[in-house]
Amino acid sequence: MTAPQRGTVDPRVQAAVGNLLRAGVLLAVAIVLVGGVLYLLHHGQAVPDFRTFHGEPRDLRHLGAIVRDGFHGGGRGIVQLGLLVLVATPVARVAMTAVAFALERDRTYVLVALLVLGLLLFSLMG
Amino acid sequence: MNGLEFTAVVLVGSILGGFVGSLVGLGGGFVVTPLLTLVFGVDIRYAIGASLISVIATSSGAAAAYVKEGFTNLRVGMLLEVATTTGALVGATLVTILPAHAIAVLFGLVLIQAAWVTSRQHADKDTSGDPPDPLATRLRLDSTYPTAEGLRAYKVRRVPLGFGIMWVAGVISGLLGIGAGAVKVLAMDQAMYIPFKVSTATSNFMIGVTAAASAGIYFRAGYVKPELVMPVMLGVTIGALVGARLLFAARTARLRLLFAIVVGLVGLEMIYHGLAAGR
Repeated sequence: MTAPQRGTVDPRVQAAVGNLLRAGVLLAVAIVLVGGVLYLLHHGQAVPDFRTFHGEPRDLRHLGAIVRDGFHGGGRGIVQLGLLVLVATPVARVAMTAVAFALERDRTYVLVALLVLGLLLFSLMG
Repeated sequence: MNGLEFTAVVLVGSILGGFVGSLVGLGGGFVVTPLLTLVFGVDIRYAIGASLISVIATSSGAAAAYVKEGFTNLRVGMLLEVATTTGALVGATLVTILPAHAIAVLFGLVLIQAAWVTSRQHADKDTSGDPPDPLATRLRLDSTYPTAEGLRAYKVRRVPLGFGIMWVAGVISGLLGIGAGAVKVLAMDQAMYIPFKVSTATSNFMIGVTAAASAGIYFRAGYVKPELVMPVMLGVTIGALVGARLLFAARTARLRLLFAIVVGLVGLEMIYHGLAAGR
């Protein structure tokens, strides 16, 4: 591998990051579509209420429950799982960037990336 | 309206929102939340939940293209994400405490700021001949970007100022469920003298991570209503994809000015709406 220029990151890493982002969005869109169609087939005739805020039930709010429900539950659970995949995409991108900086032996930026990753996981795991 | 009709109408509105947002480079969040609250009467907490998730989709989609073209500065992005994610955690926690009408008023103010940024002319500072900034050099932030005449070098300065403005951008993003791209670009091109194209590409790249930091808190607070987010997220993504194809054909000064006026007026309406509800 040729030594990367000051400030620039290996083009192969940039391409990999680009592909990861695109794949994550496509996967999330596909899951949300499946869940959405299922939901509308069963509940399409009901009148929705978005005017007043009630919050969502526990199983659509917590990470572990969303993942569990996504594989068992109805349309709403599947949509929520798809949204979680979408949220996970930038998180995976940060993890990947940390690895890329490690390969360049740039210790400062490995630490910076790990710090951001830690903050994201802290927010998601609550 | 039953669920099917509501979903269809919101989907069409979100496609238009994503389309217009990507044409002027502000992202769909600016259009979606006023549309949902002012037109469909959706509670603003559900609206910003739907908007925040959509922002991740459009940002990641657009960032994928920009990163490959070499405009994005990964080091600048990564460093400033420390500021935006901590800011977003603060903003998203604040929003669960603030009353709904206060969120509406803040949203209006940020729309007016975005209108101002959109209507401005951009002139990049030529920093290639300047002496290097010690902190930027130590952090290896200086880089190059592609132009018609080949790669052009640029130097980054005033890192602490940019970092501070980025923290505020993070707070706004977490508070209002938007990408706050207008504030991020301000921090990079005005404070740090980063070329406008690099600033917008890097801002786009950071928006997804910033929004992901708030997402966990939004999920737990119950702001993410799947049956509402579904048409919004799909619509904004489709609209942004179509808009990105037309980007260079349609980005004229007149269109930006028109949009700035509309965004400013919507901002005033959000403030009025919030104040009226607060009384």
